[in-house]
Amino acid sequence: MRILVVEDDPVLSDGLKVGLGLSGATIDRVATCTDARAALAAARFDAVVLDVMLPDGSGLDVLADVRRRGDATPVLLLTALDETSDRIAGLDAGADDYLGKPFDLDELAARLRAIVRRRDGRASPVLEAAGVVLDPATQVATVAGEAVPLSRREFAVLSALMERPGVIRSKSEIEDRLYGWDEEVESNAVEVHIHNLRTKIGRAAIETVRGIGYRMRGQP
Amino acid sequence: MTSLKRRLFVLLLAATGVIWLSAIAWISLGSRAELERVLDTRLQEAARMVHSLAGSAMTSTASAAVDATGYARQLSCQIWSLDGRLVGRSSGAPDGRLAADQDGFSDREVNGETWRVYTIVDRDKGVRVAVGDRLGLRDRLVRDLVAGMLAPILLVVPLLGVLIWAGLGRGLRPLEALAGEIAARDGEDMRPVPTEGAPREVRPLLSALNGLFGKVEAARRHERDVTAFAAHELRTPLAGLKTQAQVALAAPDAATRDGALRQILVSVDRTTRLTRQLLALARLEAMGAARPEGTIDAGAVLRDVVASLPLPAGTTVTVDPALDGLRVPAEREMLHLVLRNLHENAVEHMPAGGRIAWAPLPGGLGLAVEDEGPGIPDEELALVTRRFWRGRHRSASGTGLGLTIAEMAARRLGARLGFANRSDRSGLRCALAWS
Repeated sequence: MRILVVEDDPVLSDGLKVGLGLSGATIDRVATCTDARAALAAARFDAVVLDVMLPDGSGLDVLADVRRRGDATPVLLLTALDETSDRIAGLDAGADDYLGKPFDLDELAARLRAIVRRRDGRASPVLEAAGVVLDPATQVATVAGEAVPLSRREFAVLSALMERPGVIRSKSEIEDRLYGWDEEVESNAVEVHIHNLRTKIGRAAIETVRGIGYRMRGQP
Repeated sequence: MTSLKRRLFVLLLAATGVIWLSAIAWISLGSRAELERVLDTRLQEAARMVHSLAGSAMTSTASAAVDATGYARQLSCQIWSLDGRLVGRSSGAPDGRLAADQDGFSDREVNGETWRVYTIVDRDKGVRVAVGDRLGLRDRLVRDLVAGMLAPILLVVPLLGVLIWAGLGRGLRPLEALAGEIAARDGEDMRPVPTEGAPREVRPLLSALNGLFGKVEAARRHERDVTAFAAHELRTPLAGLKTQAQVALAAPDAATRDGALRQILVSVDRTTRLTRQLLALARLEAMGAARPEGTIDAGAVLRDVVASLPLPAGTTVTVDPALDGLRVPAEREMLHLVLRNLHENAVEHMPAGGRIAWAPLPGGLGLAVEDEGPGIPDEELALVTRRFWRGRHRSASGTGLGLTIAEMAARRLGARLGFANRSDRSGLRCALAWS
């Protein structure tokens, strides 16, 4: 999952980057409404964690702009105002979920997984394709009843492929999932991760489409 | 409770009553005078009539009954000979002598009653003719007249009262409607009461009320903002602490854990400062505005402040020597609070290698500090002393309370705090001035 965190407190923002990173997400961070608008216009995110009170305005305005543009990116509001009326205002402005500060990091990660799942129209918490079952909550793949532990990057690559089985993912799309803006992209990282994944879950599961990218075999 | 309706009712009824009573008094006095005139004329005419009769029929009817018609026995007539013998009299006439010695009107006491008498003395015929009526009767006539007017009035007064009461109720209905509308509001509803359609007399009251509503609403909005900011400023560091603690616990390697722990330290420092400032703010609010009595050395306090705060590497502070020995009317702790928060604010916004300069105010009592930070956009200058307000150029460690505290403490000192962007370069100038 690639997630945009819009939060002006540096300590919290750093905690979200590292903490959500531990659960296999790639995080990009901005601290103002202006930067958030620019980031959302420039790149595609699986979800946005949006603080309501930002130095140059209200996160709710950013949210309203995003929705007016027809952008359906799932948004989770993060705010110190957690009275019922504030929650209602946030949800009615187009937010998918709401979490009051301070919150539990694991709960935030679980809620993000849930709103992404809903965006994809899936009811099942696990991803399934080509005989592989992937649990985003534990980052563990199961092949023929056998649990296969994955590294953080391997999980990111596999989940990108398994979210849309049968659909080809280009190398740059996969790289987007692996690296945030401030991270150096290693040139053949994707190939290395695909190679490692194939040894773990079976050679046949991931198909290389020459010159385009990769896809999971099996039912789309 | 004074009731406007009851007051108006009593006033109106009393006014109506007074007018009626005056009218009755006037009418009765007027009627009495008129009555006197009419009755006197009648006496005179009756006397002439009897006198002319007395001339022709005196001998045949010695005691001709002259009964003046109108009111029974109202007029009495006596005919006397000049030598004092009663020649004749009407049937109701008293035994005592009515006739006066002279011609004309006279009031005479006969048998204990006062009579009004007209006398004609005729020396040719040798008679005195006297016609009179009792004054008591005249009084009764006037009394009857007045009573005749009073009776219907007494009947009409209650009816008038009912009408006035109902009319007042109707007239005051717009007031009641307004009161009802305001009473029906809940505590949240601060919309102005519409003044169109309200009676002209009530409009000033409504305008004042609407003004008050506006002020209450503004105060409440301010309170809500402050509460919201306070919630944000207190909960965000807590959220950061909790998240970093969870990261430290879940960290797969030592580097990640150390990073999280370092972030926790940063956050604890900032929260400590926030707590200190909140306490200072609470103390300031609880304190009365007591003007300081003596003067103290502002330079000494400033040097204390500067020495007590660590500077980031590369930042320098200059204190103009002219400040040493500058006496200002202030209390030490309060001045320390102002200068410390101004200094902290300057330090926070400094770029690496910048210089913070403290100097006395050129044209007055006070001191100013200039930093080389980004300054404050002009449209935000008026907002900097707002609680929890952090502008576009916020520092990472700021709390949004420093300048609020400085401004409040300055006011307690009887001084004024002014903020302006530097004209020579980017940076903020804060001036503390006593007037």
